[in-house]
Amino acid sequence: MINFEYERANDVADAVRQIAADPEAKFIAGGTNLVDLMKYDVARPMRLIDISRLPLKSVEETADGGVRIGALVPNSDLAYHPIIEKRYPLVSSAILAGASQQLRNMASTGGNLMQRTRCFYFYDVATPCNKREPGSGCSAIDGINRINAILGTSEACIATHPSDLCVALAALEAKVHVAGPTGERTVAFADFHRLPGDTPEVDTNLKPNEIIMAIELPARGFAKNYSYLKIRDRLSYAFALVSVAAALELDGGHIKEARLALGGVAHKPWRNAEAEASLRGKAATPHAFAQAAEIALRGAKGFSHNAFKIDLARRAIIRTMTQAANGTPQVQSSKKVR
Amino acid sequence: MDEPVSRSHFRREVVSKPREISITLHVNGERRTLSVAPWTTLLDALRERLQLTGTKKGCDHGQCGACTVLVEGRRVNACLTLAVMKDGAHVTTIEGLATDGALHPLQQAFIDHDAFQCGYCTPGQICSAAGLLAEGKAKTSDEIRELMSGNICRCGAYPNIVAAIEQAMRAMGGT
Repeated sequence: MINFEYERANDVADAVRQIAADPEAKFIAGGTNLVDLMKYDVARPMRLIDISRLPLKSVEETADGGVRIGALVPNSDLAYHPIIEKRYPLVSSAILAGASQQLRNMASTGGNLMQRTRCFYFYDVATPCNKREPGSGCSAIDGINRINAILGTSEACIATHPSDLCVALAALEAKVHVAGPTGERTVAFADFHRLPGDTPEVDTNLKPNEIIMAIELPARGFAKNYSYLKIRDRLSYAFALVSVAAALELDGGHIKEARLALGGVAHKPWRNAEAEASLRGKAATPHAFAQAAEIALRGAKGFSHNAFKIDLARRAIIRTMTQAANGTPQVQSSKKVR
Repeated sequence: MDEPVSRSHFRREVVSKPREISITLHVNGERRTLSVAPWTTLLDALRERLQLTGTKKGCDHGQCGACTVLVEGRRVNACLTLAVMKDGAHVTTIEGLATDGALHPLQQAFIDHDAFQCGYCTPGQICSAAGLLAEGKAKTSDEIRELMSGNICRCGAYPNIVAAIEQAMRAMGGT
């Protein structure tokens, strides 16, 4: 870890002022990802601006029936929050599928969105990586790429986004409230993270001088028919090879609304509007889910070690959608997938 | 032959002299004031500055849980926590669990169940289990296993660790 300066932000305006004044500075909240990246010399900020004491720690119901989650609510508090457990159990389940309780106690909601990839080469400063050092090349494309992306990749980068929470937030169509020098703005969740293209060093559309204030969930929480299924090399405390967030609104046995988001397969939580639309009005059957999976995975491209993910994702979609339809969501402490 | 990768992103000389910041920590009930560099982790502050070496450094990257301590009663990885960010906080380490010479029920249970072999992960396991008991979310052995998954035991004492936690849970009036 390099030496760095440390400042505390007094309020949101002060945080924005400080980050705008120093392009080499970074915000720190939980620190679970940033401190680790600094120890590996992957992140080398000259100054840390501590935002952990800002008053962004509440979970409040909004006037239009949704919920506004402060950016500094710890992951564990969010997962066990009564409103979230009751109305948005998909969010709780996704959080509890990731990391460890120690890390969830530290990690913030906003920080979860800002996690960097876990691509081996991004972490290894002795190897080329376009995300870490633009223009140096991608070591994963012809390297050990078992954990890498199969959708939305580019010749510059095949990294995945590591979050579980974000997969659920994508499925629920959350909004991200951010503040910057010119005021506040709202970003649709689908527009928050980016595909790598030829600028893989830019993970999100958050500007360097902006701060995340809150995540807003819309009124519809799909609390009755949902499931989050995470497939990984280890049964707990591991990043996803493939994860699926499924949410359904059923009318009898028929699907009124379907949401499907994938983790572990792309540079951002992966959604496909056509796949979701294909399910509307259909009976909630494995056959319908298989058809939706085919659409969702259209264009998927495997590399030397991760082509298995295409079939794994197809099967995981069918299984997770079936769990959602049956009202038997995956229990994260149970290692049996039914 | 390929050239080694450019290290050009190591772009600036490091700050030559550490700017130390005075912080106060309430460690195991005792008020301690110390000066730390911004990059001093809570783990290093405890071990190197306060000589509380019960908390162990395993991976130093938040992957093994050996450094688990309680901050404001919640279990965290001390290795990923900057000490300066915890100015004013109450910290409990393995040294602070026993009261008046009597072992904490978890410490006794780990002995009763032989819940270790080499013992290196044990302080982190016990602090993590103390956090788990305070959270009150684990009722079954499956739930204990899942919520203890941030603590690695390379000797593989897991079955005995789960048994020890179950005993302490009963002793402390849990389910």
